[in-house]
Amino acid sequence: MPARKKVGLQTVAFSRPVAVVSSASAVGPLEGEGPLSGSFDIVYPDMLNGEASWEKTERTMMKEAVECALGKANLTCENMDYMLAGDLLNQCISANFAARDLGIPLLGLYGACSTMAESAGLAAMLIDGGYALHAVAAVSSHYGTSERQYRFPTEYGGQRPPYSQYTVTGAGALVLGHGQHFQGQLARITHFTAGKVTDLGRRDPFDMGSAMAPAAADTILRHFSDLSLAPDHYDLVLTGDLALVGHSLTEELLRQQGLVLKERMQDCGLLVFDRTRQPVFSGGSGCGCSAVVLCGHIMDMFKQAKLKRLLLVGTGALLSPTTFQQGDSIPCIAHAVAFELSDDRLLE
Amino acid sequence: MAKKTKAEQRKQFEQKAYNQMVTKKRAKIPIARNVIVAFLVGGFISVIGQVLMMLFVRLGFPEEKAGDPTVATLILIASILTGLGIWDILGQFAGAGAGVPVTGFANAMVSSALEFKREGLVLGVGARMFQLAGPVIVYGAVTAFLVGVVHAVLM
Amino acid sequence: MIFVKAFVVGGLICVIGQLLMDLTPLTPAHVLTLLVISGGVLSGLGLYGPLVDWAGAGAKVPITSFGHQLVQGTLAELAESGPMGVLSGIFNLASSGITAAIVFGFFVAVLFNPKG
Repeated sequence: MPARKKVGLQTVAFSRPVAVVSSASAVGPLEGEGPLSGSFDIVYPDMLNGEASWEKTERTMMKEAVECALGKANLTCENMDYMLAGDLLNQCISANFAARDLGIPLLGLYGACSTMAESAGLAAMLIDGGYALHAVAAVSSHYGTSERQYRFPTEYGGQRPPYSQYTVTGAGALVLGHGQHFQGQLARITHFTAGKVTDLGRRDPFDMGSAMAPAAADTILRHFSDLSLAPDHYDLVLTGDLALVGHSLTEELLRQQGLVLKERMQDCGLLVFDRTRQPVFSGGSGCGCSAVVLCGHIMDMFKQAKLKRLLLVGTGALLSPTTFQQGDSIPCIAHAVAFELSDDRLLE
Repeated sequence: MAKKTKAEQRKQFEQKAYNQMVTKKRAKIPIARNVIVAFLVGGFISVIGQVLMMLFVRLGFPEEKAGDPTVATLILIASILTGLGIWDILGQFAGAGAGVPVTGFANAMVSSALEFKREGLVLGVGARMFQLAGPVIVYGAVTAFLVGVVHAVLM
Repeated sequence: MIFVKAFVVGGLICVIGQLLMDLTPLTPAHVLTLLVISGGVLSGLGLYGPLVDWAGAGAKVPITSFGHQLVQGTLAELAESGPMGVLSGIFNLASSGITAAIVFGFFVAVLFNPKG
């Protein structure tokens, strides 16, 4: 007998869809000049913003995104039952230090670039399960911190291939609850599909897209199958950071299994930057990628009722410099979170 | 050697099929363009080196010794350009054309020391300076040692 | 004329490096290591010296010459002071290059900041 709220193999359905009460995003200068310029709450003028290191900048960015989101909802840190947060750095230091300053009970998470979807889904589970009234899901990434940890020093003259990606400098925060004090419709999380780790033997750490595409396809197919959905169920299936290469590979993998989404499937890595005029190779990546697109532009679209149903598919590459040097391939994961614009209601 | 299980065989087949798909769909590295640019930039840096060498001979250095100040000068230039944040742009453009000359060695050391400066002068700058360039020194020394031993034994 | 030779030889060594980086999964560190070893081996075989004479800076500027300097330093010290030369002579000729990289690198790291 499966768990009460479980549907199919990997999906859970929330009996009272969890509302996005508010959201906020903070980004660096390159993102601020990109196609989604104007949708971000905070734009830093440079990569440091007066801090002594990029790591310190990143954690401040996460903290400010959370504070901004709380402010918009007229809530405080004391109202938050949990903070579910993560980032790309060793020991998730951005989340740890931001939570220290915010004083919210912390559940630290690592899903690489899929952490936004993972934290939103888990936060919704805690709230719908009656374990929290409010929770904040927050993630961050920074070009400088991730380059120096995963690849090369930032001033190194190495040559990147055209299929590599550019880590977004940004943080996003979602404040989740039931939104009973809010008039009108809100974007609410209706379902969450947790992904399995998928590995088709890709090894190039400069080619995350082709490593993550199988995971994205696997989770999307699982989600549609668990809930028996038609291809046009969602207005938008938004992947986290597959970028140009991963996006076209995922399309192909889905098509092979009979799921054709065409323009309904887009990718945050392709939305957040303009590849034609910004030096980002095949597109954006990082936890912050899906976070800043979701918490700004996408939530704006919900507010303007331009979107009714969204499936956010966060994608993450679960490698480390050590595993790469030891000759391992790159295992990946994708988590799917379904949002729907609706009133507060109880489904059962 | 254990025979592969059916599951392992299927996984291998899936991987192969996927790799083929990736090769078809993924943007190709512009090898011809990279090779031409590497040739031109590498050649150009070598010519600069040649000019410097002749300059130092003029300044009084004996010809066999003129290589030392030349290499030191190229290292100085690459180090400063790395510090100014310009070298990484040249490196992206020229690839091995900037990386194979001794300038690449200098950039590897300086960029690493610079990056980890925030971890302090000793544990950052000091310890990390050889992170990328270390293998060159290690394997160069080991090669020289082995060549020396072979020579000593054969003579 | 020497400029043409320097240009061509220096450029060709870079081309070898570029092809290795683009066509194989070798990282830049692997490629440079291979080039240094090659320079050292060619030097030990007596082939790199003539290349330097012929192409000047075209052979002295690429990292292969570092391998050449290490080997030549070892062999010279071996001839002069006997077997200990394989340990004491290795960095004799290459010293100025390595020291320049360390010292200039240190000062640049102290004076500048990474821009990202």
